Amino acid sequence: MNLIIGAFTIGLILSLLSMGMLISFRMIKFTDITVDGSFTLGASITAMLIISGWSPWLASLVAFLCGMLAGSLTGILYTRFKIQEILAGILMMTALYSVNLRIMGRSNIPLLDTSTVSEFPERVLVNLSDGGSKLSIFGWSVSMMDLAVFISSIIICSLIAWLLFRFLLTHFGTALRATGNNRQMVRAQGVNNNAMVIFSLGLSNGLVALSGALLAQYQGFADVQMGIGMMVWGLASIIIGEALVGKSSLGITITGVILGTILFRLLIAIALRWGLNPNDLKLVTAIFVFAALVAPKFFRTMHKKFFKSSYHA
Amino acid sequence: MLNVNGISKTFFPNTPNEVRALRNISLQIEEGSFTGIIGTNGSGKSTLLNAIAGTFIPDGGSIFIDEYEISHWSEYRRARLIGRVFQNPFAGTAAEMSIAENIVMAMRRGKTRPLTRAVSHKMKAEIAEKVGMLNMGLENRLDNPIGTLSGGQRQALTLLMATWLKPRLLLLDEHTAALDPKSAAKVAELTSRIIREEKLTAMMVTHSMQQAIDLPDRIVMMHRGQIVEDYGKEEKKRVRVADLLNTFDRVQKRELFDESVSELIKEQYL
Repeated sequence: MNLIIGAFTIGLILSLLSMGMLISFRMIKFTDITVDGSFTLGASITAMLIISGWSPWLASLVAFLCGMLAGSLTGILYTRFKIQEILAGILMMTALYSVNLRIMGRSNIPLLDTSTVSEFPERVLVNLSDGGSKLSIFGWSVSMMDLAVFISSIIICSLIAWLLFRFLLTHFGTALRATGNNRQMVRAQGVNNNAMVIFSLGLSNGLVALSGALLAQYQGFADVQMGIGMMVWGLASIIIGEALVGKSSLGITITGVILGTILFRLLIAIALRWGLNPNDLKLVTAIFVFAALVAPKFFRTMHKKFFKSSYHA
Repeated sequence: MLNVNGISKTFFPNTPNEVRALRNISLQIEEGSFTGIIGTNGSGKSTLLNAIAGTFIPDGGSIFIDEYEISHWSEYRRARLIGRVFQNPFAGTAAEMSIAENIVMAMRRGKTRPLTRAVSHKMKAEIAEKVGMLNMGLENRLDNPIGTLSGGQRQALTLLMATWLKPRLLLLDEHTAALDPKSAAKVAELTSRIIREEKLTAMMVTHSMQQAIDLPDRIVMMHRGQIVEDYGKEEKKRVRVADLLNTFDRVQKRELFDESVSELIKEQYL
């Protein structure tokens, strides 16, 4: 039960990352590698602010804004200085590695006995159960703290998903989605497509940094390595989500991304439980994404070949 | 209304591929007129339209719409004044978005885009009514992605979008050339109807002599980046396809003559 709740919680926290990447990868179709850096950026900023006594909410907000700044810079490298999108992301990610080390001062900062955003629901839960620290659900005992984190991540995640959904349906959001579709058309409708790309990358990386901020609070430390491979992780989640529920409408797409992230996290947790070497995790993730990208095409050609041969026979 | 003063554009200057696409072109377009631009391949027709739309900034000269000098405005800023339909029927719409969402984009062309819901029920009714006038049955498919429509349907919608907010100037860049004959005829008919009803000022590049004679009320002929012939209102009424072809021949012969004479002179004097 703890395993499942843990996987769900991390899945929910990481779904912010996936939603952010949904904006860059799927909405404006920008292969943005800044993600690996801005994820850690969010974590390191929150960690530093929380240990210097800031409220965890405020710290997460600052992390979001700094993520936005990092993403916008990638956008400016791409639009203003005409650097290829992948290279712009790589430059930003590399620069952020040093920035993160500078912010933290060392490679790892533990967050033990500090307050987190789930403090309030935890207090409420403890009060409700007359001061107990464990709760029994269907016979499993669950720690109050895990449950509190779980509940607060549900609330945060659904709130942000709902805001994102409403935002993308506005006039501004419609123009944002059109920018990924057809930049020529967007310009002809009087929208500054470059500014749109910069803003979208900002928003995307803001969400990514927020996800990093929450994860650091959940796992109790920020590490300069924690962002490595996050882009592939998010991409895997998006792909699973699309396979799960499709992308016929905006609401379904966003829901799918959240479900996909949770499911992916669950699969990983189970695989680790069954004895997958944690060192192999990133390799397995990469292979998975590769398979997911290639499989549809492979099956299509197989299908065609099969039909052709049966037709001639 | 539109005032083009001596604009020039050279692509790939100082290279073997140098193309002098526009050579000191000046053109005045009157309020409410419909001008057709014809010419051979590479004569600079589309380049002229793109210069006005702001796809690139010309090397020299100035462009005015009303009292605004737009020569150095970016493309998206000019969209406030200019509506456009492209040759490629897929260029004017966002394929993955619904018909309604595409039109909502056009309903705020050149305006601010607020954080309010884009496609409301009330707006859908308004869109359905206007789309219904196309007689293509699209009013029942407003939520379908526009990419599922045919080229002709998409081009008709692009035209509707370009004129949804009345533009000061409508630019049509061979907008029927890539369509099948039936759709092309339909889009051409729609074009002339909208321009007449809304009293728009329009410029249309076309390859079809017949279309140049049927639709516009003025014909400008271009060759090698220059305007070589300009049939105004009265003159244009008498022009037939054969006349246009004759003019083309004459222009080309004159050029051949120029070239052969220069060859001759070279031989004698060098």
